[in-house]
Amino acid sequence: MDFGLLLQQTINALTIGAIYALIALGYTMVYGIIELINFAHGDVFMTGSFVTMWLLTTLGFQGTIKDPLTLAGVLALAFLVAMTVMGAVGVIIERFAYRPLRNAPRLAPLITAIGVSFILQNIVQSIWGPSPVSVPQIIDVQASFRVGGTPIRFLSIFIIVLAIALMVALQLFVGRTRLGRAMRSTAIDREAAQLMGVDINTTIALTFFIGSALAGAAGVVQGLYLGNTVFTAGFQAGLKAFTAAVLGGIGNTTGAALGGFVIGFIEVGSTYLGYTRWSEAVVFTILILVLVFRPTGLLGQQLAERA
Amino acid sequence: MIGKASPPAANPLRRTLRAIRDLASRLPQRHQSLTVIVGMAFVTAILPLVVLAPPLNGFGRQNDWLDGFANAGVFVLLAMGLNVVVGLAGLLDLGYAAFFAIGAYTYAYGASPFSGLDVPFWPMLLVGAAVAMVFGLLLGAPTLRLRGDYLAIVTLGFGEIVPVVFLNADTYTRGTNGISGVYQPVLPIVGNFGFGNPMPYYLTMAAIIAVAMILLYRLQDSRLGRAWMAIREDELAAASMGINTVTTKLLAFAIGASTSGLGGVFYASKLSVVSPDQFGFVISFTVLAMVVLGGMGNIWGVAVGAFVIYELQSQGLKQLNSFFGGLGLPPFHLGPLTVDLTSINFLEYQFLLYGLALVGMMLLRPEGLFPSRRRRAELRDEADAGAANEELVQA
Repeated sequence: MDFGLLLQQTINALTIGAIYALIALGYTMVYGIIELINFAHGDVFMTGSFVTMWLLTTLGFQGTIKDPLTLAGVLALAFLVAMTVMGAVGVIIERFAYRPLRNAPRLAPLITAIGVSFILQNIVQSIWGPSPVSVPQIIDVQASFRVGGTPIRFLSIFIIVLAIALMVALQLFVGRTRLGRAMRSTAIDREAAQLMGVDINTTIALTFFIGSALAGAAGVVQGLYLGNTVFTAGFQAGLKAFTAAVLGGIGNTTGAALGGFVIGFIEVGSTYLGYTRWSEAVVFTILILVLVFRPTGLLGQQLAERA
Repeated sequence: MIGKASPPAANPLRRTLRAIRDLASRLPQRHQSLTVIVGMAFVTAILPLVVLAPPLNGFGRQNDWLDGFANAGVFVLLAMGLNVVVGLAGLLDLGYAAFFAIGAYTYAYGASPFSGLDVPFWPMLLVGAAVAMVFGLLLGAPTLRLRGDYLAIVTLGFGEIVPVVFLNADTYTRGTNGISGVYQPVLPIVGNFGFGNPMPYYLTMAAIIAVAMILLYRLQDSRLGRAWMAIREDELAAASMGINTVTTKLLAFAIGASTSGLGGVFYASKLSVVSPDQFGFVISFTVLAMVVLGGMGNIWGVAVGAFVIYELQSQGLKQLNSFFGGLGLPPFHLGPLTVDLTSINFLEYQFLLYGLALVGMMLLRPEGLFPSRRRRAELRDEADAGAANEELVQA
């Protein structure tokens, strides 16, 4: 394989990986703080792509926007709307489906999570129908520059840079701010944090807001990249993103980002080798193998079994 | 109670009634298997007659109903099997349809022109169950050592992989088309198994359910069953009482898987075709909804729940469509929404209803519609136990 092809495939892998990484962050943050696999998270991502589609078509955009200033404005608006709406949806889900069950046996919130996932899918399906819907690709998909003769798409670079920027912002928020410290302490010991004056409910709601907003951002990116979306898109993407979160070490945000990119490489690699149809099976097999041989993931620390 | 030592026992009618009531409450405890047999025989005998009476006879011919009942029976069996995993052992299995698929394909390999084999249906029932059990053990052995909720995601992944494998390994499975022409069972006494004659399927399913129910009840009351419930309620405590939690959980998983495989064999023989799209996540989710709504941990509750839900989704929603279509109500306005009941296809909302039911059930009545007493105590105990503790502290 020559250098040009390798570069191109690497960029593809990083682009897909960036989407998975953004979704994986939400899984890992929620799991880190309340130890719940939020099955509805993939569908939050899917709903985000539909919100983007709705916004862009309502504003009357059909295809590529040539004017750079307009493009920047519309992009900013799309991310702002999708992230705010999905963040709010995440907070609502937490408030009504998970918070009442915070002290219930673990099976109960898992089951409501499944229920919420189906509710989201069906709401989207009943509004926009069961067939794939096209999303206006406001960034020119063909626009590219050349590195040593290999075309690199601006869209890919935009997605990768944006994802990394969001991740860095998240790291800074969690690591450097007062609210971030509240989140970390709640994750470590909820009751002790409460005794230290942390408002647990607000902190958990905030975690859901950030996680869901990141999934909303991933939804925008997915729409721009693929140019279409479907109401079942959240299921597969959610599973892969969860695999990414587990691979990186669940509860660890850096690990989730890393896991997302690794899954991106696995997927692009299996497609390149001609095993497109098997890429899902490969990803899930990896999930099972990681869980069996290294359940703490690549970067995770030892987690105690909670009885 | 002073001054009224004994109730007036003179009334013979009341005494007889009380004797009957006592018998009815004691019989299931003392003669559980007998009760299951009598109950299943009664239900099996009465269902074909009920559908001949109005209003049910207006919805379909008796054979259509029996065909539906036999299909419902498959789901009853699946729900009873999943109940062992979710309800008794407290493990969330989200890929239950995978074992169903494995059972169905096993039968398709054992008895179809595709493989050239023609193994009779009856031994294949056990073979299908055994193959599904092997896969359950293979999946469960490494993963059941992990934290409980990882199991949910691993089974979800497994439930996705299995249909993908059946779809993509087309040399061995004929891909999307599936394996058709699967042989139907042959048994002299019950009659001719065939598409136009659902009665033998109906009776066979009833018998399978009765046997499965007896076995499951006996398992539930055995040492193993108590170990499952102990693990469900407190794994750490159970382990310190000497229960090998991995083996015990693995057994629950394997028994659940084999029940699903058994259902798959029956299903394949009845439809006479197996294809990957029959075994998607939708099946796993439907069965889970049945278990949760029926009442996790209560065998008969889950069975009744599965039957009712299956009939509601296959008959109820359809009838709702034609009911509102027939009424011809004009569309009405609900705030900004315009609701036109005649144009709503209620079948489309089936999974929305499941989703709402799951969330609502967990929030309001986590023990299910027909709860098992112990499960209710456990699912409700957090709040109550907290209150009780506070009372103790105050006292």
